[in-house]
Amino acid sequence: MIITCPFCGPRDSSEFVYREEGGRTRPDPASTDQAAWNAYVYERVNTAGDHEEIWQHSGGCRSHLRVLRNTVTHKILDVTLARETGKAEKPA
Amino acid sequence: MVDQLSPLTPVLRSGRYARDDHSVGVTLAEVQPGSIVQLSAWPGQQAGILAAIREVMGLFVPGGAGSGVATETKSAFGFAPGKFLVSDQEEGFSVAFADAVGPDAGTVTDLSHGRTVIRIAGPKAEWVLAKFFAVDFSEPALAVGSGISTVHHDIFAQIQRTGADQFDVYVFRSFARSFWNSLRHASEEVGYEVE
Repeated sequence: MIITCPFCGPRDSSEFVYREEGGRTRPDPASTDQAAWNAYVYERVNTAGDHEEIWQHSGGCRSHLRVLRNTVTHKILDVTLARETGKAEKPA
Repeated sequence: MVDQLSPLTPVLRSGRYARDDHSVGVTLAEVQPGSIVQLSAWPGQQAGILAAIREVMGLFVPGGAGSGVATETKSAFGFAPGKFLVSDQEEGFSVAFADAVGPDAGTVTDLSHGRTVIRIAGPKAEWVLAKFFAVDFSEPALAVGSGISTVHHDIFAQIQRTGADQFDVYVFRSFARSFWNSLRHASEEVGYEVE
C-alpha cells in the first residue's frame, strides 16, 4: 500500500503509523460526563467503506496526516496534513 | 582543535573492491562535517529559519518540500515541514545559529556528534540506494540539493542528493558502522571503491 505524504511524496505504508479514527472531538478536559468520555475512548464506528483516519509519517517527515481510506479496498483516497485543518476533518 | 573520531574507523578500509572486469559502480566515503545542525521553525516561522540559513551560511534554500542546496563544504535541506538539516565542514555553527534563530522563530539542535554522514557516488549510486530505501531516487523525483527523510528497517535516515550521481546519507552515529557494512555488501554487485 502506497500513501502519498503531502510533504514527502509517495512512500511505502511501512513508513507510516496508524494513530486513530479521524473526525472525532475530545470532550472538554474539565468534563466529568462519563458517558461522553466512554464514547470518546472506546466507541468506534468501524466503517466498511470510506474511512477518515489519522496517521503519522513516523518514518519520514513525522507529520500527522488526515487520510481518507477505503477499509474494504484499502485504496487511499485523500491525504492532507492534519495541521492544515487543526482537526481531523477535511478542509471545506 | 580536537580530532574527530569516527565510528567507522574499525571497518573503513580504503581501497578498490572492483568486479571481475575491474569496474566499480560506486565510491563510498565518510564525510566528516564539523557541524550538523537541525533547525525547526515554530508554525508560520519558516521564513525566519530560511533567513538565518542565508545569514549564517550564505545558502539560499527555496523552502519548498524537500528543497535544498549543496556546495563542496556546506549543505542545507528541508526534511519535514518547517524543519531543516544544515551541515558545514567548519565547527561551531550551532552557536552561530543559536544567535541567528531567536526563541520566537524556532529551535536549534546540534547533531554534530549524533550523526555520521556517508557519501555514495557513482553511476550505480541510485541502484545501490534503491536496495535499502523504498524511495524514487531518480533525478526528476529527487533533484540535486534536495533531501528526504526515510527509514531503513525502521532506522531513521536522511538523504541529500549532493550531485547528479552523488548522495549523502545521514545516519545515527551508533548505527553507522552497521549501515556502512550493509552498504559495502550491497555495493559488491556493482563493484566499489572506498576513499
